[in-house]
Amino acid sequence: MTATTAPTPPAAGDGHTPSGGHYTSLGLDNRKIAIWTFIGSECMLFASLISTYLIYKGRSPEGPYPHEAWTNPTTGEVFKPIMNIPITSASTFVLLASSFAMVLALAAVQNKHVPKVTTGEKILGSSKLWLWVTCLMGMTFLGFQAYEFTSFVHEGLTMRTNLFGSSFFTLTGFHGAHVTVGVLWLFTLLAIDHKRGLTAADATTVDIAALYWHFVDVVWIAIFTLLYLIK
Amino acid sequence: MAEHSQVAAPAHDEAHHPGWSTYWKVAVILTVITAVEVSAYYIPAWENSWVYVPSMLIMSGVKFYIVVMYYMHLKYDHKLFRSLFTGPLVVAMITLVGLLFLFSKLVVRLGLLS
Repeated sequence: MTATTAPTPPAAGDGHTPSGGHYTSLGLDNRKIAIWTFIGSECMLFASLISTYLIYKGRSPEGPYPHEAWTNPTTGEVFKPIMNIPITSASTFVLLASSFAMVLALAAVQNKHVPKVTTGEKILGSSKLWLWVTCLMGMTFLGFQAYEFTSFVHEGLTMRTNLFGSSFFTLTGFHGAHVTVGVLWLFTLLAIDHKRGLTAADATTVDIAALYWHFVDVVWIAIFTLLYLIK
Repeated sequence: MAEHSQVAAPAHDEAHHPGWSTYWKVAVILTVITAVEVSAYYIPAWENSWVYVPSMLIMSGVKFYIVVMYYMHLKYDHKLFRSLFTGPLVVAMITLVGLLFLFSKLVVRLGLLS
């Protein structure tokens, strides 16, 4: 598939975008300005959560710890390092792949008006397929996170155990909540696609959801490095 | 419809996005960088050296940049969107680094305070 071109907006006059938004005085879709402003504010939210985690890092008097073993001096019980890098690496690959599926879903919607001849073009041009793949990958990531949280609790780390537990569960829990909202958002797009079919006029609607989804992905890129890979 | 006469002509806020071939290349690059990051974690010589943390931060930053520029189309979109994202991002980064200098052991680790 060659480079995609979104549908040309209608000539100025009524001030409406093809999918019901409004053009601002700059000629930009007001909903895209809104989502970028929202994403900017989300940057500051996650920066505050990440800095809280980093400030409290290494300040827990009692374990379990993320990367070091710990022996409880009272009971003599030994706690192994809590982080499971292979599992988290797998979930990271899944989330990155979901972003790839999301851009293909957006490209498919933008190119709805382009005739598909070959099987490859039909696969690449199926917005339903790529939205489903993105949703399934998002749910897989959430499944990995549920497994991780459950195993941490079984290994003795809860939100109330120590500073590490509090800051870790708060940060990754907020991120998981954002992924959950993203999956629900994508399911609403899928419902629309199955009911009436997404058209090229819906490209901005899908683009806004895609921007949110990619932002959730870039936040995880930072979390994965700062929390899991740097000891 | 007088009020609409002052609405500017639609700009190219969603004009030209890259295609399948670009998205595929970006996906491969992201996968390779992530694989290198995870591998570095398991290589003691790398993980114990002073270059480990800077290399991890650089690789993470490159991944962040690539996703924002190509998957979020910031490279192709209107510059206002870039400002709306990078402005708060810079403020967030300055806040993060400031808090780390104030409350963490970063100052000591960097040798700025004994």
